[in-house]
Amino acid sequence: MPLLANLWIVLALPLAGAAVNGLLGRHWSRRTVNSVAIGAASLAFVSTLELLREFFQLASASVPWVRFYFPWMTAENFHIDFALQVDQLTVVMLLIVTGVGLLIHIYSAGYMEHEGGYYRYFSYINLFMFFMLTLVMAANLLVLFVGWEGVGLCSYLLIGFWFRKKSAADAGKKAFITTRIGDMAFTVGLLLAFWTFRSLDYQTIFQQANTMPVENTGHIGVLTAICLLLLGGAVGKSAQLPLYVWLPDAMEGPTPVSALIHAATMVTAGVYMVSRMNILYVRAPIAMLAVAVIGAVTALFAASIGLVQTDIKKVLAYSTVSQLGYMFLACGVGAFGAGVFHLMTHAFFKGLLFLGAGSVIHAMGGEQDMRHMGGLRKKIPVTYWTMFAATLAIAGIPGFSGFFSKDEILFQTFAGPYRNPALWAIGLLAALMTSFYMFRLFFMTFFGSPRYDEHKVHVHESPKSMTVPLILLAVLAVAGGWWALPAMWGSENHFANFLAPVFASAAALAPAVDPEQHSLKLGLTLIATIVALTGLLIAWGLYIRSPHSADKLATSFRGLHRVLLHKYFVDEFYGFLIVKPLFWISINVLWHGVDETVIDGTVNASATVAQRVGGRLRRIQSGNTRSYASWVVMGAIGVTALLLGVWEWIR
Amino acid sequence: MNGVPIYYFLVLSAVLFGLGVVGFLFKRNIIALFMSIELMLNAVNLAFVAFSRALGKLDGQVFVFFVIVVAAAEAAVGLAIVINIAHNRQTLNVEQVDLLKF
Amino acid sequence: MSVPVFMFFACAALAVLGAVLLIVVREPIHSALALILVMAALAVLYLLLGAEFIAAVQLMVYAGAIMVLFVFVIMLLNAGVEERTNKSLMAKYLGLPLAGFLVLDLAWWIAKSTAGKAELTASAVPAQASSTIELSRMLFKQYLFPFEATSILILIAMLGAVVLARRDS
Repeated sequence: MPLLANLWIVLALPLAGAAVNGLLGRHWSRRTVNSVAIGAASLAFVSTLELLREFFQLASASVPWVRFYFPWMTAENFHIDFALQVDQLTVVMLLIVTGVGLLIHIYSAGYMEHEGGYYRYFSYINLFMFFMLTLVMAANLLVLFVGWEGVGLCSYLLIGFWFRKKSAADAGKKAFITTRIGDMAFTVGLLLAFWTFRSLDYQTIFQQANTMPVENTGHIGVLTAICLLLLGGAVGKSAQLPLYVWLPDAMEGPTPVSALIHAATMVTAGVYMVSRMNILYVRAPIAMLAVAVIGAVTALFAASIGLVQTDIKKVLAYSTVSQLGYMFLACGVGAFGAGVFHLMTHAFFKGLLFLGAGSVIHAMGGEQDMRHMGGLRKKIPVTYWTMFAATLAIAGIPGFSGFFSKDEILFQTFAGPYRNPALWAIGLLAALMTSFYMFRLFFMTFFGSPRYDEHKVHVHESPKSMTVPLILLAVLAVAGGWWALPAMWGSENHFANFLAPVFASAAALAPAVDPEQHSLKLGLTLIATIVALTGLLIAWGLYIRSPHSADKLATSFRGLHRVLLHKYFVDEFYGFLIVKPLFWISINVLWHGVDETVIDGTVNASATVAQRVGGRLRRIQSGNTRSYASWVVMGAIGVTALLLGVWEWIR
Repeated sequence: MNGVPIYYFLVLSAVLFGLGVVGFLFKRNIIALFMSIELMLNAVNLAFVAFSRALGKLDGQVFVFFVIVVAAAEAAVGLAIVINIAHNRQTLNVEQVDLLKF
Repeated sequence: MSVPVFMFFACAALAVLGAVLLIVVREPIHSALALILVMAALAVLYLLLGAEFIAAVQLMVYAGAIMVLFVFVIMLLNAGVEERTNKSLMAKYLGLPLAGFLVLDLAWWIAKSTAGKAELTASAVPAQASSTIELSRMLFKQYLFPFEATSILILIAMLGAVVLARRDS
């Protein structure tokens, strides 16, 4: 088992790629740079496949497979090791990160062809892959946190990749600071976890947690507190309410970055963390409810904003926030497996959507406003067909990957062990909106007559380096759900079975559910399908049949439209409530008050004091011998008195 | 017969020393200042000899010898300087020799 | 009162008188003469203490050479009556108190250290024969280095005096 014995290789490969490119790439040709980067990523992917093969050969008793590398911190009772572990959940995440990551690396080679800072970009995305792998392979919460922070750093670097553009630099800062707020809660959660369990190691925590009872509803015990705090971190990292504000701004970064980080991998870290901690969460009903509610509300909220956005990437950004809401909803109702499944399919279709959008933008020479697109169907066919596949998947049209994952989530929300019909209704409404705005995007971009100047913009299909990943992802978006067919279609849900051991104890604790209610499931699936098709029809009606009815609708509901267009004015609200007072305090209290008055004042005052005292003291140097003589005599008296005193004291 | 108790000499030495200090502080003529210094040295010499006698050793007297020699050297050089001052500043008032000040 | 005690008080009185005169008179030449009086009195006191060599040296060198030098310089510079300037405020107000304190300090020290040592008397018979021979033995054996050093010191002083007193011509 060479790879399982040396897990660090998987980590080291992208790190080496990042280091080499970062230090030496400046002087290399573009080919060399992207060869190094893509080479590192593909080696990582290949080693993940090898890992998978070895994993299947492991006896079930040795899972999770933990490798300990070195003791990291030791201080009396506090002991943290740098250890990596592999179990089913890790394997799934690894495949997603390295697989989709590799495709995006290849895509970037084409997309960033004409950009400056080429080597920097590839160094950063390799580094990102390293941190993400650390996050998913961690065997304790602190190593996870290292990865957590690391991906946050890479996100900041990549969002602000074109750092000379002020909006990009600001977006990077916003992302980092907003996730930092979540991370603060996360850190407190870590402290509380250590205080409770005396360790941050997964196995130790889970062993202890397994012996703890489920906390009563209405009573916030220590498990609930830990789970809520960790959720705080997840809310920041996975862009849920109220800390989602950074994700739309993060679109300032290059499109492949949006695909990799803000669709497929980094933002899913929160979902991964909650799934990993399922043993704790099922024992904290209040936390579970919080997860579910936040997820559902965010799904609806973000979907509503996405209805009216005009920038293609912004629509996809809000869509990501919304879909992440679904994943949280799944975890919140105890369907962790479904949540991870949706994570995987989302990586496929959202990654594809972003890359496709990037292809469109590339084809349009940089145009991102959908109002200036249209009729691209015949001109960029590969992009068109692949995006079609992705849109079908995300809308939940039956047969495609998104359908299976979303359906499972909605079913569990309605009829699962922790069911909540109200949240189901919200989820359904969000699904309607999702279908609508995705098809709106699709129709506005590819159908109708061109709304741009055909002489100015020369639309061309993207190079192979960009189209091949699109095609591969399209295949996955279509077929990615087929290995998780629910039982009612007469097949095994291989995916759920694979992940079952990870969530076994949580499932054991779940309240009893009536055995498979096929008819209920069929009915709910039907409803979901109808909803998805409705959205499609409405979009078709508004954007293809009568193209101007959308604008007319917007004018009639002008107030509502304005609110949605301005994202419910959340950014302005935050600015008013938090940013402005903070600036005021920084300038007036800290700068003028503390820095200038206190610190500068003290330093200046000490100089002034030294000056004044010196000025007074120098008068002793009068030049007058008699004065000097008096001083000498005074000193002599002092010394003799001292000696006398000492003499006395000795005697 | 009774001898003179030693502390008589020491008290005398102290008094002479004190008077020397007073002279040093109050005289304004440089030469008179010097003479006060000589007076102080003499007082110290007396103390040395008295102790030499009291302890029965001769070291005190050797010291006096050296003090006198050094006093001589110091007087010579000092007075040479005084002559210089007198020529340069046309005054023998120590209070008017005060250029080395702030 | 025995002779030594009487002698002591007589010489002591003369010494103190001389010292007071030194301070009080206004002409430097009078101060010089007062100082010679003090030295003479001290020479007698040395004799009383059995230090004949020192007494002789005191008279020959101190009173005979150094004081003569002082007198020469006074006459050379035509030092006249002393002016009564008072630029130093410290000396004006603190001078006497300080000197008084000093004397008291010393007096207390003496009292402390000699209290109960009544046997430390200066009787007519010395404890160790303080002859010149003994003195010179000490000087050239134990104190040879200081002796040589002081001779160099005198040499330097001579040179210094010559250089300093020369008129720039």
